[in-house]
This record gives sequence, structure tokens and C-alpha cells, in this order.
Amino acid sequence: MRTWREAGRQLGRYPSALVGLAIIAFLVGIAVYAVIAIPYSEALGLWRGGDQWRMHPVNARSAWVDRLTGGGQSRTMIVSSSAAAIEEETFAGGRQLRIPLAFDYEYAGFPSEINLFFSAAYQERQPFVRLIWHTPDGEVVSLGGRRISREDRIAISQDLALERRLGEVPHIGLLAEPGATVPERARTGSYELTVEAILFEEAAELAVDLVIYGRVHGPAGTDHLRRDLMVALLWGTPVALAFGLIAAVGTTLTTLVIAAAGVWFGGWVDAIIQRLTEVNMILPLLPILVMVGTLYSTSIWLMLGVVVALGIFSAGIKMYRAMLLPVRSAPYIEAARAYGAGDLRIITRYMIPRVLPVLIPAFVTLIPTFVFLEASLAVLGLGDPVLPTWGKILNDAQTMSALYNGFYYWVVAPAILLMLTGLGFAMLGFALDRIFNPRLRAM
Amino acid sequence: MTAKTTWTTDSGPDSLLEVRDLRTWFELRRWGFLPAGFVRAVDEVSFELRRGEAVAFVGESGSGKSSLARTLLGLYQPTGGEVIFAGRNLQSLNRAEQLHYRARVGYVQQDPYGALPPFMSVGRILAEPLIVHGISSRAERRRRINEALEEVRLTPADDFLPKFPHMLSGGQQQRVVIARALILRPAMIIADEPVSMLDASVRVEILNLLHTIRTSHNLTLAFITHDLATVRHFAERIFVMYAAKVVEKSEVNELVDRPQHPYSQALLAAIAEPDPANADRVRVIPGGEPPSLISPPPGCRFHPRCPHAIPELCDREMPPEFEPRPGHFAACWLHR
Amino acid sequence: MAAGNLLRVDDFCLFYRTSGGIGRAVDGVSFELERHQAMVVLGESGCGKSSLGRGLLRLLPRNVETCTGRIFLDGIEISAFTDERFRSEVQWVRIAMVMQAAMNALNPVVRVGEQVAEPLLVHRGWSRARALARAAEVFSLVGISADFLRRYPFELSGGMRQRAVLAMALITEPDLVILDEPTSALDVLTQAGIMNVLKRIKRELGTSFILITHDVATSSEIADRVALMYAGQFVELAGAADFFLRPAHPYAKLLLASIPRLHQEKRPEFITGQPPSLLSLPAGCRFAPRCPSRFGRCAENPGLMTLLDGRQVRCWLYAEGLQQ
Repeated sequence: MRTWREAGRQLGRYPSALVGLAIIAFLVGIAVYAVIAIPYSEALGLWRGGDQWRMHPVNARSAWVDRLTGGGQSRTMIVSSSAAAIEEETFAGGRQLRIPLAFDYEYAGFPSEINLFFSAAYQERQPFVRLIWHTPDGEVVSLGGRRISREDRIAISQDLALERRLGEVPHIGLLAEPGATVPERARTGSYELTVEAILFEEAAELAVDLVIYGRVHGPAGTDHLRRDLMVALLWGTPVALAFGLIAAVGTTLTTLVIAAAGVWFGGWVDAIIQRLTEVNMILPLLPILVMVGTLYSTSIWLMLGVVVALGIFSAGIKMYRAMLLPVRSAPYIEAARAYGAGDLRIITRYMIPRVLPVLIPAFVTLIPTFVFLEASLAVLGLGDPVLPTWGKILNDAQTMSALYNGFYYWVVAPAILLMLTGLGFAMLGFALDRIFNPRLRAM
Repeated sequence: MTAKTTWTTDSGPDSLLEVRDLRTWFELRRWGFLPAGFVRAVDEVSFELRRGEAVAFVGESGSGKSSLARTLLGLYQPTGGEVIFAGRNLQSLNRAEQLHYRARVGYVQQDPYGALPPFMSVGRILAEPLIVHGISSRAERRRRINEALEEVRLTPADDFLPKFPHMLSGGQQQRVVIARALILRPAMIIADEPVSMLDASVRVEILNLLHTIRTSHNLTLAFITHDLATVRHFAERIFVMYAAKVVEKSEVNELVDRPQHPYSQALLAAIAEPDPANADRVRVIPGGEPPSLISPPPGCRFHPRCPHAIPELCDREMPPEFEPRPGHFAACWLHR
Repeated sequence: MAAGNLLRVDDFCLFYRTSGGIGRAVDGVSFELERHQAMVVLGESGCGKSSLGRGLLRLLPRNVETCTGRIFLDGIEISAFTDERFRSEVQWVRIAMVMQAAMNALNPVVRVGEQVAEPLLVHRGWSRARALARAAEVFSLVGISADFLRRYPFELSGGMRQRAVLAMALITEPDLVILDEPTSALDVLTQAGIMNVLKRIKRELGTSFILITHDVATSSEIADRVALMYAGQFVELAGAADFFLRPAHPYAKLLLASIPRLHQEKRPEFITGQPPSLLSLPAGCRFAPRCPSRFGRCAENPGLMTLLDGRQVRCWLYAEGLQQ
């Protein structure tokens, strides 16, 4: 068709179109990367949360926010017993281990949490551990001791006795500048947590991981379930694009064919279609989706299906009908009937191409509408329960009062992506509109 | 230049199309379903077209000539009467035969730009009728398209195939329309005002083209026009239509020189020729307007405007066809 | 400038800016029109005649690149008026226009009488009753019964709508009416009726007309003078008798020969080729590519030359003023 090649060339003349295309290409790139780097099942598994994220901080900011605010916030550090120089002493009935977990703390800011994870292998008798904290100044703080089970965790940050002793929350108190009444900066230097463990069996083993949680994690930060937000941000892209595209294609094509059939056959066919459309236009989409989501399920396929079904008999039918009615009595249609063209051919080959110039820009600008719809549903709590999507991030953020707590990154990142989607498609759509509908060019 | 090839394979007598008492009435409905009378677009029209002849249907808007054309093309269903093409009654055709009929009759329309889909190239436009009629071989289609373009003098054909209608002049567009009408090798072409939307200097060219095509393929040409001046040179017979009826039928020179029906006389008197003396004359034209086709006047339809109306006769009874001169028919009580 | 001239146009130029370049729709047109005279601007589509008509009344589209030239009405240079002054003193007051397909441009939801009376309400501030009364008078002048004042446009036939639009142009009693293709979409009898109306108005009211058309036969119905336009320029400007009976310019000759005539045995000829696009005009005489009489000098664009019998021709064949 003349229009495609010509349109492509003309597209280059509009900077807004090029920007739009660039944004869309960027988003598509992210989507492709997401699907390849994190396969679907893996993504679902990651997003389910739980223990796999235990070594991630809670509500950590994103790295770029840290850079914007001057840097110096702490990153997560993991000190593992496997890398430590363990001193061993056997005795009758067991072993005594001295595991020095040493690290250099370089950050000005405090960590958000300190946890100690144990992994012990034994038959009956639980090992016993004693913890001693060494600061760079040579201070020694005893953190007490206790018995541990096979997979155990000592949440040092939540030790209330320790907190009372230090006068501060442990993850601040243990790293504070000495003598400071209100600690502002962490004391940089070499720290060590010594684990003195007694194993009561010869075959018993013990592994320890000290996790000093940072306040900054990754390019996107983490949420309240310790999940790296990058997973949802990355995976939200293909979900959003796919939803938007499928819904837009499904509704637009079907609407077009139905409108054309109505116009061509006229009579009661047209009348039925118009009445259906009018009734459907009155029905409000979002409340119905809310109803369906609440009463049945919030599976994304169901939502998509309802959206497409309700979107078919929409205002689009009225618009295409208005555009196709004059075409119906056009001389070239009459000529086609005269040389014997059938109804189907006339509808698909002679009538529909007349509205393509209007349809294409409308279609492109329709895509972000559906993307926002999906996000809105998720924010309302009706999103697909298992899929990581941008809307879900926003939903979680809202539930956890992110803005109140100053976790702006949690809201800003998905919002920016949503805005980019809208912007990219809108710019491309408007430029396409100006190309295909030259009367608008003058404006 | 194509050799003189006759495309019609129908054997049989000279008469190609016979129309008897044809009526095409459209039903009017109030509020979508209450019957409210009929628009009698074609009302008991009878005539005969012979193979290879050019006949002009002359009349003003509302005379029914376009509705007649569309009925003959199968775009409207006749409400009564018969249309017999090459011995077969059109009403008795099944689907396949109907499709075949559409290939035997070509259509040239008034608006050259409107008659061509603006989003299709010339090559595609010409291919469509071939595809609809089952000519699936690309090569065969290409051949016939080139043949058609040569017939209408749009050469070199390759230059024109990729062009879109808006890139062509009015005359070239109409040539494409004619090519499309020819591409299925019809026996008859119905042309509805084929040149009225073209410039004066192009009209003659296109009419000449139609004439050449007709004679080289022995086609029957039925062309509808309101321009009597062109009829003289491009038609052999002329049928004058008024208010859905044929009021006069004759060989063309005969009618121009000796019109027998008052309406034809009025038409001829109203035709302007480029003559500076016109500015000083006032033309005498019948007053009033053509009658409504929903409720036409009783008796002869022209009688309210006719300067020679006979009271008690013309306003009561529809005149039959008389033959005041050999081969020259007029439906007027003046010739009783 | 002769006394008694109603309109004088001096080197009028109108160029459009389009995506394909500059379109020289009217390229140096000059003429004079006396009172009570009717001039026909004859030309085919694309020659710029419609632009000339609209340009004279400053009904210009947005993409005008240049609009120059001087226009004098009764000796007053109206081309120097501001737009406001032009609108209040000239448009529809002294010069009115009936545009192409005007009968289709009637507002379908307003009664015909109201539309016809509107110029009086706008330009003279008359009361509605008085304006409608005047509309009834003008209706009888153009041959429509006053009953139709209360009808809507769709209730009128094509011919009657054209008469209504003509009434709208005449209602302010202008000195000059410009008509652009007033009869092109009408039937033969209706056309003749409209031309009869124009003749009557010219005779009874003395209105001058500029009739723009491509229909050679119709133009002969009313023309006192004929200006043949081709590719933005006048190529012949002559009295009606001279033009129709003894055309001078090769294009005029070919055009008149290409009109099918009812009472003539000879088959009409046609002119090969097409008019040039106003976006890319050839250097030299613009008709030369299609002219059967072209010769060497035609590579240069001729100016309008005045012949002994008073007519003007743009053709090198008449360079020395010799031929008649």
C-alpha cells in the first residue's frame, strides 16, 4: 500500500514520532530482556517471596536515589563462615569452633538490620553458640549465647536486651561512633563478630552467615517482603505491553469488522448492533471489572477477556459506522457490486481500508489506555495475584503507606514506567494521526 | 491497436437486450415499517437493444435513467416486467449465471474519481474483477490488464500500473474506469454520464475512445446523458426519458431534426450552442418542474408543462406509443 | 482609464503556498469591465479562474503566498482597503458572489428565506420583517414563488436552490455579481432557466456580471465580452461576437472546435495533452506544448497584445498586430 512506505518516510519528519518510537523500542527491549533473563516460571517463583529473599534488606532504597542524595548509605554485606579462618578444638564428645566473621565497614550510614543465619547438621544434641562483637576501637560487646537448631536465625537487631544495654537499636548501636549521644555516623573500620560454637557431636557441622543489611539495594530497591523490585519492574513491562496490545488489537479489529458488517447489511443487523452498542456504552467498565474480580477471580486472562468483550461494542462502533456509511454508497462500491464482488469481499477489501488511516493512530493511542487499566485494577487490589506487574508494586506500596514512610522510590519507579509507556505510544500515535489524516497537519 | 475481435460468444439473433414493461419501484415506509407508497423510478419501460449499436438514453434528473441503468446492471431488482439478455430472462438466473451476467455487462460511471477506490493502485483495481470471476493465474491477469490498458490508450502500461487514482488526471481516471469495464470482455457497456464530470476538451477524447472500442469489438453501448449535443455524434439511436417513462425513441439524426414529442422539442430548444446572438434571446422553456415519482400526475406525465396539452385527454389517459414516422416512436396524444 | 468603467483590475496576481511548491493560480491578470456589462471568464479546470473570482472578493484561503495587484471600483482603489473596510463596504455591498456548488452550501437547518435575507440583516441592519419582505421581492425576480421562503433547502430542487443562492447575492443590490459555475450541476432545462434569469436581471437591474465557467455554450448566453484563461493568464480577451465567430488564439480555436454541436455534421476534434500544473509552469508560452501552430519564438512568454479590432491576444502569431 502506498501509505506504508510513504508513512514511514514521513514519520521521520516528526521528532515526536521518533522520540515515541525510541521509547517504545526501549520498553520492548526491556520486555524482551526480562523474558529471556528471568523465565516465566522463575519470575513467578521469585515474586512469591518468602525465604529466598531472606538475605535482602527490607525496603531498601534504590542505588540511584542514594547517589542523588549524596551517597554513603550502606549496602548489604554478607560475611560467611565458609570464607572465615575457623579455629577448631576437639574435645571428648565434640568440637569447639571459633569462627571469626570479620568485615570492613566503609559506609557513613548505618545498616538497616543485622541477622545471623545458622545452618547446623547434627543428630540429637543442638550446638551452643556465643556471640562476641568487636568494634574497630577495640570495644567488645557480648551478645549472649544460646542453642540453635538446624536452620536458625538470630535476629541481632531485634534483641531488646541488647537494645536497652546499648541505648540504641542494635544495628545502630553496635556501629555507632563512641561517645556520641545521638549517633549520626557509623564508625568505619574493621569489625568482627566472633562466633564461639560448641558442637556436641563429632559429626556435627555448623555454617554461619552474618548479614549486615544495607539501606540501599540494587537499581530499584526492595519492598516490604524483601523482594528486589527489579523483578517486578522488568517483568511488568512485557505484561503491560502484552495486555495493552492484545486488548487493543482484539477490541479494534472486532469492532471494525462488526461495524462494517452492520453498515453493509443494514436493516435489522445494523439495528441490533447499534442497540447492543448503546446498552453496552452505558455500562461502566471499571465497576464491572471490580465486580468480576471480587466475585470470580482476578486472573489476568479473565480480566483481559472481560475488557475485550465489553470493549467491542463501544463507542468505536459508532465512530466506524459514521465513517463507513458514506463509503457504502460510494460509486466504487456500486461498481464492485456490478462486477459481481461478494459481500465479504466488499466489506474487507473495499470498505475497511477506507478507515485504516483513522484506525491506526487510534489503535496506537489505545494501547496505553489498556496498560493503565490493568495497572488501575492492580492498584485497586484486583490485579492478578501471581504476576509481578507495575500495578502490583503500586498496590503494595499503597498498602504499606510507602509515601508516608518516605519510600518514594517504591512509587516513583513504576510510575515513571507507566508514564513512559503512555508517552511513547501517545507521541507515536499523534504523529501517525498527523500523517494519515493530513487535514490535521495544518494545525 | 487490437484487431476487430468480437467478444460476445452468445449466438443468436441481432437483439441483445429486450426490456418489456420494466418496472422498478422502491417501497417507502413510514417509521421503518408502515407502507407509505412507492417511488416509481422506472415505470413500464420497453425497448430493445441490438448487438453492436450505440443507444443514448437522454433525460433530466428524476427521469429514471440512472435507475434504469442500475436495474439493467443487476444492482436493483425489477419490481415487474422482464429483462431478457441474450434470450435469458434475468429473473430466472441462478447465482452462478448471475455472476456470469455481470461479466457480460460492463459499467462506466459518472464520477471517475469516486468510481476508483482511492487506496488501490491501478493494477490492483483492474485485477479485482478478474479475481472475483475466478481468474487465478497471475500471468493471465497481467496479460488481460495490459490488454485493457492498451485499449484505453494508457500506455506504457507499466507506467500506470503502480499509480493511484489521485495521481491521474480526470481523463486518465475515466480511462481506467473504462478499462475496468472492458476487462471481463463484456457484450454490453452501460455508461452513466461518462463524460459530464470531465473538462470540455477531454470529453470528446473519451467519447471517441468509447466509439472506437465499441466498433472494434462490436459492443452494445447504452449511454446515459443529459447532453444532447454529444448524442448526435456518438449514438445511433436515442431514447428520451421523462418521469420514469420513455417518451420518444428514434434514430438520432431523425430526432434532432424532427422531434415529435413536446418534451424532446423543449430539450432541443434549450440546448445552447456557442453563438453570440444567444445573449439577446430569451429561450422559451416549459415552466414548472419534473413531477414527483411518488405520485405522478394522472394521464401523460408531461401534461402540466406541455404547451400542446389536449384537455380531457392528456390529463386523463396515458398515451401509448405511436409511430408518426417510420422507425420513430413517440408516446404523445398529438399523434393519435 | 475610460469613464464609466465599473471595475478595473491591474496586474492581479495570486499565488498559493503548497507542499508541492508555489502555485501561480492567477499570474498577472488585467481587465476592465463597464457598467451593465457581462464578462465571461472561460477556462478549463485548473486554469485559475475560480481563484481569480475569489481573489477579487478577498475570499482567500490560508495558504496564500502572494496577493498583489490593484483593483479599482468606480475609480476607488478597493485593493488598498483594510480587510474590515473591504468587508463592510465592498463585500456583498457592491460586489457579491455565487460560489461553485453554492446550492449545496445552503444551511440545511435554516429556512431558505432566512438565509436569503441574512445579508440585509448583517450589512444594513434591517429588521427581520423588512428583510424578509425584500427577500420575497427578490424571489419573484429570480422566478421562485414567495411560498418557498418558509421552506428548508432540502425541499427545493437543484434549480430552485441555485435561484435562491442567486437571490441571496442580489438582495443587497450590488453593482457586480461574480458567479462561479452557476449551472454546472444542473439539467439542460434548468440551466436555460437560470440563464434566462440572469439575462432578465441584467436587463432590468443593470447589474454587471463576471461569469466564471468552463461551459463554452452557456457562456455565449450572456457574454458581452469573453476572457479565455489558461494556466493562470488571460490568453484572449475579446467581444463575444469576435470570440465565438472569429477566435484568434490557437487555444480558442481548438476549444471552439472541440465542442460537440447539435446541428453540425462534423465530428468535434479534441486537443491533445493536458494543461500544465500551476506548480510547475513551462518557460515560454504556456500553451506551446499543445499548440499546433507553435514556432521558435514561442520559447519566450508572450505578453498580451492589442489587435486592430480592439481585442487582446497572448500569442506571438499576432506579434506585429497584422493578423485579424
